[in-house]
Amino acid sequence: MSIVESFDLYAPRLVDKGEYFSAGHRACQGCGEALAVRLMCKALGKDTVIANATGCMEVISSMYPTTAWKLPWIHVAFPNAASVGSGVEAGLKVLRRKGRIADRDVKTVCIGGDGGTVDIGFQALSGAMERGHNLLYVCFDNEAYMNTGIQRSGATPFGASTTTDPAGLASFGKKAWKKNVAEIMVAHNVPYVATACHSYPLDFMNKVKKARKIKGPSYIHCLSVCPTGWRLPPEQCIKAGRMAVQTGVFPLYEVEDGKYRITVEIPKKLRPVEDYIKIQGRFRHLAEDEIKTFQERVTQEVNKLLDKVNCLHSWSDLKE
Amino acid sequence: MAKRIGMEIALAAAEAAALCNLDVVAAYPITPNTHIPEHLSDIVADGRIDAEFICVESEHSALSACCGASATGARTFTATSSQGLLFMGEIMPIVSAMRLPVVMAIGNRALSGPINIWNDHSDIMSQRDTGWISLFAADGQEVIDMIIQAFKIAEHREVMLPVNLNLDGFQLTHVVEPMLFPDQQEVDEFLPVYKPYAALHPDHVVSMGTLGAPDIFSEAMKAKDEALINSKKIIVQVWKEWEEKFGRTYEPIEAYKTEGAEVILVTMGSMGDTAEVAVDELRKRKMPAGLLRLKLWRPFPSEELRKAVKGAKVLAVMDRAISFGSASGPLGAETRASLYGEADCPVVVNDIIGLGGRDVTVGDFIQIIETAAQAKKGKPERGYEIYGVRGS
Repeated sequence: MSIVESFDLYAPRLVDKGEYFSAGHRACQGCGEALAVRLMCKALGKDTVIANATGCMEVISSMYPTTAWKLPWIHVAFPNAASVGSGVEAGLKVLRRKGRIADRDVKTVCIGGDGGTVDIGFQALSGAMERGHNLLYVCFDNEAYMNTGIQRSGATPFGASTTTDPAGLASFGKKAWKKNVAEIMVAHNVPYVATACHSYPLDFMNKVKKARKIKGPSYIHCLSVCPTGWRLPPEQCIKAGRMAVQTGVFPLYEVEDGKYRITVEIPKKLRPVEDYIKIQGRFRHLAEDEIKTFQERVTQEVNKLLDKVNCLHSWSDLKE
Repeated sequence: MAKRIGMEIALAAAEAAALCNLDVVAAYPITPNTHIPEHLSDIVADGRIDAEFICVESEHSALSACCGASATGARTFTATSSQGLLFMGEIMPIVSAMRLPVVMAIGNRALSGPINIWNDHSDIMSQRDTGWISLFAADGQEVIDMIIQAFKIAEHREVMLPVNLNLDGFQLTHVVEPMLFPDQQEVDEFLPVYKPYAALHPDHVVSMGTLGAPDIFSEAMKAKDEALINSKKIIVQVWKEWEEKFGRTYEPIEAYKTEGAEVILVTMGSMGDTAEVAVDELRKRKMPAGLLRLKLWRPFPSEELRKAVKGAKVLAVMDRAISFGSASGPLGAETRASLYGEADCPVVVNDIIGLGGRDVTVGDFIQIIETAAQAKKGKPERGYEIYGVRGS
């Protein structure tokens, strides 16, 4: 057991008892994303401004005149959480410098779903990260456009059937592999990048805390199980997230100044991908061949990651 | 004391914005507005003003960043043209619905296809119904003055709406003119530090940009519409205040030699200056011609227009954009709608002119006015004509 995992055993006592994303919102039963947002807010604390892309979280939390948000919150449109956040960060910075708001750190945090992050909001995200704003971007990835009814996104996994890339007599659903935005963020030379999942709450919250402290851009890609879109019973939400990690489909790691570290151990002998996909209706149609392809690619991706973990150094070690 | 300085108008626009105690600028380059953000970034880089300049990766992000910054209570400015404005289009109606007092300079340029970098008004006309206050400048001095006025109007507690200031691409943006620059103290007196009604900060938690379901959406739209309509009163008030302080008069519609005029030309933007020369020339020839220059496009000054055209027989309305498939050009349609049902309503002739940078000359206006003078009441009005177009 690693040091961080032992620390996690004690961490629940340290979790903020306050709620910044309150109950009564309109999320589906068993929504992993709403849980993840709630955990993120606890880890961020009150000195936070949230810029929210259009998507499930905005829709379920902000039906006028109600709001689930006890943090200052702004939603403008679908593709621009990162650029709205850039403006928020710049505004807070200049107003603080000019003495027009309180002189203390307030963190700007942008949140979006996978559509708002890896597809339509990708340019804004890339721009914000390149410019180096002091902001955290958290992508809550439920692997399809769930808000509009389970359409395929760039983050939809191989083999999943969605309403715009369905399985049929001549197709097994999505042929392409899931876009790996965490790696693309690493390529932006962002000082802190991590993957997370609500099924490992303390791991996620510790990463949020770490990212919050970074004076610059940081990115967390949080796999968020969507029972509605993944076609699994709501009570299986946490289990599905755990299986995604144990099978190596979605490994949890962080990249600090270029140095990779696995934060939730990946079993030496990976749990078969089939265990993960068989509990989800979106994969139900997959034949043996496709499951085999899926498994081979997952193994390869895990090995690619482990290769980075073993070989890559922190930037500070590479100065000479 | 104000100083008269010769300068390219785009640079003057940046200088005017810099006088406004700006907090955040977010902009993306596109011809012909580019010199505005370029010069502002110079001003920031030299430390002449304490502002954040966000070099965004697109116009969509420029206006989005302006939204975020304005929502924190920062005074926020951007500029764009043509396709850039279209790319902002998704965010345009949201800025006004969120009642964020962003100010934007638009170096007006034709919309593509075919791609064309030169001036007309098709860019702003595409964003006509987004709920912004829309001003048109006719020369460099108006650009300077209106940028400063725009913040005061936008931030007024009874307005709280974004303002776009239209200056014709090249005809204004790239022209060097002698202009009076107010000094910093005068501007500070006229335009105090921005105090937002609500701002994003943990000290006063607020949710901005929430979801409006059918039970509230119509009311939200009515509120925005009323805010825009009611802004005219404040715009006029701010202009009065400007006149008292700086001695230059601003009105929603500026009349030039309209006393006893039988044919009145109606223009927006830089055409107004050329049109003045044409009217002078015709008056010399004893032809009773006059000119109305619209400075305020949204909210549309219908009432002022009705008053201004009293006694005229013919209005020749100049549009620098086509509303494809419509009965009139954008300004032609507004004019006809405003005058419909009026007693002694003048005949309205509507010409589309100066598309994609085609020159508009004194001679063109003289010809248009002379042709318009032949228009008779009772005959069905032609919708519009594209002036001087070949191939018809």
